[in-house]
Amino acid sequence: MTDLTKLKISEARDLLAKGELSARELTEAHITAVEGFDALNAYIVQTPEKALEMADAADAKIKAGEQKGMTGIPVGIKDLFCTKGVETTACSHILNGFKPEYESTVTQNLWDDGAVMLGKLNMDEFAMGSSNETSYYGPVKNPWRKGDVDTVPGGSSGGSVASVAGFAAMGATASDTGGSIRQPASFTGTFGIKPTYGRCSRYGMVAFASSLDQAGTITRSVRDGAIMLESISGFDPKDSTSIDMAVPNFEAALTGDIRGMKVGIPQEYHLAGMPGEIEALWHKGIEWMKEAGAEVVDINLPHTKYALPTYYIVAPAEASSNLARYDGVRYGLRETPENGGLIDMYEATRAAGFGDEVKRRIMIGTYVLSAGYYDAYYLKAQKVRQLISDDFARAFEQCDVILTPTAPSAAFAFGEKTDDPLAMYLNDVFTVPASLAGLPGSSVPAGLDADGLPLGLQVLGKPWDEETVLKVSEVIEKAAAITAAPNEWWR
Amino acid sequence: MSEYRIQGATGDFEVVIGLEVHAQVISKSKLFSGAATEFGAEPNSQVSLVDAAMPGMLPTINGECVRQAVRTGLALGAQINKFSVFDRKNYFYADLPQGYQISQFKHPVVGEGTILLDLGDGKTKEVGVERIHLEQDAGKSMHDQHPQFTYVDLNRSGVALMEIVSKPDMRSPEEAGAYLTKLRTILRYIGTCDGNMEQGSMRADVNVSVRRPGEPLGTRCEIKNVNSIRFVRQAIEVEARRQVDILEDGGEIDQETRLFDPNKGETRSMRSKEEAHDYRYFPDPDLLPVEFDDAFVDAARESLPELPDDKRKRFVDDLGVSDYNASVLVAEKENADYFEELLAKLGNADMAKKASNWVISDLFGLLNKAGKTISESPVSPEQGAELLGLIEDGTISGRTAKDVFEEMFETGKNAAVIVDEKGLKQVSDTGELEKIIDTIIAANPGQVEQYRAGKTKLIGFFVGQVMKETGGAANPGVVNKLLQPKLDG
Repeated sequence: MTDLTKLKISEARDLLAKGELSARELTEAHITAVEGFDALNAYIVQTPEKALEMADAADAKIKAGEQKGMTGIPVGIKDLFCTKGVETTACSHILNGFKPEYESTVTQNLWDDGAVMLGKLNMDEFAMGSSNETSYYGPVKNPWRKGDVDTVPGGSSGGSVASVAGFAAMGATASDTGGSIRQPASFTGTFGIKPTYGRCSRYGMVAFASSLDQAGTITRSVRDGAIMLESISGFDPKDSTSIDMAVPNFEAALTGDIRGMKVGIPQEYHLAGMPGEIEALWHKGIEWMKEAGAEVVDINLPHTKYALPTYYIVAPAEASSNLARYDGVRYGLRETPENGGLIDMYEATRAAGFGDEVKRRIMIGTYVLSAGYYDAYYLKAQKVRQLISDDFARAFEQCDVILTPTAPSAAFAFGEKTDDPLAMYLNDVFTVPASLAGLPGSSVPAGLDADGLPLGLQVLGKPWDEETVLKVSEVIEKAAAITAAPNEWWR
Repeated sequence: MSEYRIQGATGDFEVVIGLEVHAQVISKSKLFSGAATEFGAEPNSQVSLVDAAMPGMLPTINGECVRQAVRTGLALGAQINKFSVFDRKNYFYADLPQGYQISQFKHPVVGEGTILLDLGDGKTKEVGVERIHLEQDAGKSMHDQHPQFTYVDLNRSGVALMEIVSKPDMRSPEEAGAYLTKLRTILRYIGTCDGNMEQGSMRADVNVSVRRPGEPLGTRCEIKNVNSIRFVRQAIEVEARRQVDILEDGGEIDQETRLFDPNKGETRSMRSKEEAHDYRYFPDPDLLPVEFDDAFVDAARESLPELPDDKRKRFVDDLGVSDYNASVLVAEKENADYFEELLAKLGNADMAKKASNWVISDLFGLLNKAGKTISESPVSPEQGAELLGLIEDGTISGRTAKDVFEEMFETGKNAAVIVDEKGLKQVSDTGELEKIIDTIIAANPGQVEQYRAGKTKLIGFFVGQVMKETGGAANPGVVNKLLQPKLDG
């Protein structure tokens, strides 16, 4: 075995089970990889000692015959998830130095299964962004370059995808509010899955937009995604919006058999001006579906064009309220102007603590909830959100799963869209509708563009039908048979 | 009662009052967290991660608080909404950790109901209740602990409150006081709020406006956080007078929030309408709507005790207690409980009237003197019943009973023990009394003669002699009955 970091979770799991590999060896290899990964700025906190302790515990577990899918698997944790005693800031200055006294349910589930924590992963501040350029700790670089030019990893789960694509973690937790798992997965040739809203607990996950936020995973294969997703899923009485439903054996869904399945192709997703490569990749995906014996049907999602505007009302509205707790009173940053009172402290703290994109969304959210504007914006957006949901419900009467491109472009260069929020928001045009409807969705690597950058296809499923999403994703993964990998320029 | 009017220089004004009462729900834990709710704990010792609004913390509804609100609604004969929604009320303050209060705005858990006010002399008035909603309390800012800093105690943060909103149906300070008194009585009966205004577990926001009788409603001012019934009455008086003075000077009332200063006896502006917060209410996405079924409502209904109005009616109609006594007894649940236990121990419903008199005059008399509440009474209902039983069966006289009761009150001893120790048993043995009477008649021939000559009032003299002879232990009724025929010859 030459490089343990190149293993998939499923492969490592089998080697661990056979005793041909120890969690400690696997972890040590990854700690070294993480240390050599600084150039990408994916990790903002490294926890090597903790990782080794957890690895030893995992080895003991395996010896005791208690191995589970994630036992001994080194993973990175998006900084949105609170980790007990380990700095958690959601990459915002306003949470400067914050160390939670508690563990998020998603990460606790991983630790309960014996997974190993390598550190905390960079992200867009409070998960607001599509390029990981809004992080207080600076942008993350995509392991994939456009020739010699650095590209963004996508966002907001930029650190998650970079660490997994660059072999500095076997898997990573991520979160998706409007596309923050799927778009960056597409940009980095990784597999990202966001389950149905309510499948994973939001307890201990720093809130951006509560009605949309959902945890998920980034891995290097669909099978790994199934294994890791199963570990983080499950009902949690501490989250009123989590659903009391049994978690299926997701890996068992990967039968490769999609014969007779109906795959819906939403006509509204043929965007004018979309790069031909994306359109071509989509057609390729459709052909793969047919070859695998599925039936392809055209479907309509007529309210698609309202999804982005709806999202950019609902999400900022919730964010403006969710972020009100960052006031300098109890934790994190506090700025106290001389001779200032409480209001001055609030203003100075929030001015210094929040970045521009976060401020922009707080202002939008505050505006749309204000007296006199509520009905025209927030209430209307809620109604349209219902219509979008209804679109999907009707479409799923005709099909079992929906196939679309994940993003309208491949990874772009730094600064390319930073000054144009609307262009940046367009990145999420294909991912946002499913987020508004709370549906499970994945992005699976399906090809490379002319610059050699990865492109993904998005698979959307019915509520609670992650199994079909995973099954179809794996068929695409096999058909695409991508062998290209980042050239590890950082080594 | 004549109608309450404020006399202005140009004529009379009527005052219109509505009350928003914040009642702390009796529950072991907070509305959305497992932290304890006990009063008086060390600052910040009853604060969960949710109450402190730590990042990523989520509220989860405490079903007991919903049940208590439903029980309150049922006790007020109100509409129960089986679907209600929690909203966020957004504003910044140091003792509001989330930066928003979780409350109910568009869809409260309880809708319209009524409260029957007791206005004395058997007069009553119905006041409408607009709604009851559940919400979180904020923490407490303490500005007097440090010269530069304000300290914050989050023990109260997240405690469940019911906001009980009345319709603007009240027309005098007395009616407002009667509303609060009655509401407090009902809440304490059903155990949904302890009604303790000193500890802040019940507070009132008072909406006051004035108008000339018959005219449309005037502009109202809201007086925030008044914490006693007396202050509510005073605040209404001074605020109504202030508004009348402004109107008569040709001014206009600004709709604003005011504070009552009981020391100065005035209300002061807190913030004007322009400064009013835009709370940006929206449904809390962390919480699902609250939904429950008829069975939940039925169970809540069955858990209600007899309500004060029903109890009073029963005391009067079934037990023959006077209107006045019944009102006094039901006003505090503890009084009614004492009375009912006393009656149960007596085992004789026919004695209800006497028992009610004893509670109200004798027991309350001594309790007042001693500055004790009924729950601190040194004489238990069982002991009281024994005492009343001794009067009823003629063992002791009513007069003696008062002395015995005083001693019971002081020592906690049982009535029979005291009667025994002091030999206070009434002599009702006719044979024994007859002998004494015969001796007295024989010893006072002059008085007998006068009596027989028509001075029948002298019977009092003979009774007195018998009582003297028996050391007051003779049963006066029996003595009278025996004396008369003997004197008449």
